Amino acid sequence: MKLYELTISEASKGLQEKKFSSSELTSACLERIRAVEPKLHAFVTLTEEQALEQAQKADFLLGSGEVRPLLGIPISIKDNFCTSGIRTTASSNVLRNFVPPYDATVVRLITEAGAVSLGKTNMDAFAHGSSTETSDFGASRNPWNIERLPGGSSGGAAVSVAADEAIAAVGSETAGSIRQPAGWCGVVGLKPTYGRVSRYGLIAMASSLDSPGPITKSVEDAALMLEVLAGHDSMDATSSPLPTKPYRKLLKEKRENVTIGISDDYFEGVDPEIVTAVQKALREFERLGHTVKQIKLFDPQYAIAVYTIIQRSEVSSNLARYDGIRYGFGRDAFGEEAQRRIMLGTYSLSAGYYDAYYAKAQKVRTLIVEDFANAFEEVDVVIGPTSPSTALPVGSSKNHPMFGEVSDALLEPSSIAGLPGISICCGFSKELLPIGMQVIGPYFMEDLILNVANQYEQVTEWSNRKPDL
Amino acid sequence: MEFDIEHVAKLANLPLDEKHLEILGKQLTETLLYIDRLNEIPTEKVEPTSQVTGLTNVTRDDTVSASLPQEAAVENAPATHNGYIVVDAILEEER
Repeated sequence: MKLYELTISEASKGLQEKKFSSSELTSACLERIRAVEPKLHAFVTLTEEQALEQAQKADFLLGSGEVRPLLGIPISIKDNFCTSGIRTTASSNVLRNFVPPYDATVVRLITEAGAVSLGKTNMDAFAHGSSTETSDFGASRNPWNIERLPGGSSGGAAVSVAADEAIAAVGSETAGSIRQPAGWCGVVGLKPTYGRVSRYGLIAMASSLDSPGPITKSVEDAALMLEVLAGHDSMDATSSPLPTKPYRKLLKEKRENVTIGISDDYFEGVDPEIVTAVQKALREFERLGHTVKQIKLFDPQYAIAVYTIIQRSEVSSNLARYDGIRYGFGRDAFGEEAQRRIMLGTYSLSAGYYDAYYAKAQKVRTLIVEDFANAFEEVDVVIGPTSPSTALPVGSSKNHPMFGEVSDALLEPSSIAGLPGISICCGFSKELLPIGMQVIGPYFMEDLILNVANQYEQVTEWSNRKPDL
Repeated sequence: MEFDIEHVAKLANLPLDEKHLEILGKQLTETLLYIDRLNEIPTEKVEPTSQVTGLTNVTRDDTVSASLPQEAAVENAPATHNGYIVVDAILEEER
C-alpha cells in the first residue's frame, strides 16, 4: 500500500509507530498530486512549501511524543475557507487576488490539531452549483471517469480524497455540497447539524444553511475530523453552545436495533441501479439486526422550491458586499451563475415580493422541520439515495438554470431543516461509477448517523475500491 | 409573473448588457414558474423559520479584545492612503 492511500487512522498509527515520517507522507501526497492533477484539477492553489514546513514541524512534535488528532496528516481545504496569507478565491474571478489576513475557525482548528495543509481545492464559484463547472478556473474531473463530473460544490475536495491526493478534506455544504460530490466520487461526506461547526471565515453562500464538514476515506475518519471541527465559536453567533461528543469513541459502541425510515418519494425518479443498490444496503441493515420502516416524508420536490428561494435570497444579500473597494474585483467580475442567483434573490427580497417568496419559503421550511420531527418520533434515522443519478457527463450543468437545485433534490429537505447527514458508498453502477447512500439523523445526533454508517462500512467492501488513474 | 428586469439589475447593482438582461430575464421567469408550486401548500397558520436550532438573541460580552491591525485590514484594498481606503467621490459640491 502506498502512503498516500492511507486513511487518517492508518496514517496516524504509522506516524506514532515511526514507520514513516510526516515529511515522507506529505511528500508522497505531493508526488501523487503532481502525477494526477493534470487529469483531475482538484486544486486551485497548492501550498507545497508550507506543507513541507508543517510536516517537518509535525515530525519534530511526533519525535517529542506529542499526541494530537491530526498531527502530521496532509489535508486539503476547500477554497472558500479563509487561510491567512494564502490566496482564497472561492473559485471566483471576483476574489482571484484575495489574500485573507486571518484564518477561518475550521482552518485554525485543523492547524492546532497538527494537520499539514496541502492547498485549496476547486469548487463551484462561491459554491453556486453541484458540478464544479461554474468554477471560474475550470471544472474538476471525476477520478472514476474523467469524462464525468465530480459533483459539487465541494468537488475538488471530494476528488482530492477519492484520488488519494489528500488523506482527508475540509468541505462545506449548503444543501448537498458535501454529500453529493462525496457520493459521486465514492468517498465519505459528513454534513453536520447547522451550527455544530463554526462558519467564521467561511465565504458565505446562504448563511442560514451553510455547514462546514469533512470528506474522508472512511466513516471513522469522518468521526475523527468532526471531533476536531465541532464546537462552539464566539465568532459565529449561530454556532451551537451544546457540548460536542467523543464521536470516534462512540463508534465503537455498536448501536443495536436501530429503526431506519424510508420514504417512497426519495426513490422516485431515481436511477434504477441506485434504487437497487440502496435496497440491497437496507437488507444488509436488516441482517445486522435493524428494522426498516416505511414512512411518508414531505415530497422533496417542494424542498427544491423552498431551497431555491432561501438560498438565492441569502446569496443576493451576501454577495452585495463584493464591490471591489475593500478587496477583490468589482461586480462586473461575477460569473453567470452568480448573476443568475443574485438576480432571483434580489427580486424575491424586493419590495412587494418578500411575502410571496422569502416569507412563504420560510413558512414551508417550518413544515419541513416539523415533518422531520414527526418522522423521528417513529424512526431513529432516515436512509435514502444521496443523488438521483451517478456522476453525470462533463457539460451537463450548462444551460440548466437550476441544475444544482434539481440534482440535490434528495439532500435539500434535510439541509433546509438543518439536520446532520452522511453519504457513504453503497455500490457501483455498470459503468463503474460509485453510488452514494445517505443517512439522516435528528439534530446533533452525528454520533448516531456515524455509528449506523460505520456498521454498514464494516460489513461491505466498497470503500476499499480505488479508481484506476 | 411580471417584473422589470432592468429594475432588478439596478437593485442588484449588476452591470448587465442587453443580451444578458434578456437571457437572465428568461431564466428568471423559468425559475419563478418552478417555485410557484409552493402556492399549492397552505401556510396561513404557519410561523416562518429562519433559525433551525432555536438560538435567539445571541450577544457577546461588551468587552474589548484584539482585532486585526489596520495595515492587515486594508492590505487587500486596491487603493489606500494613510491607512484609509480610497473610494470615488459620491457627493457633489453645491454650486
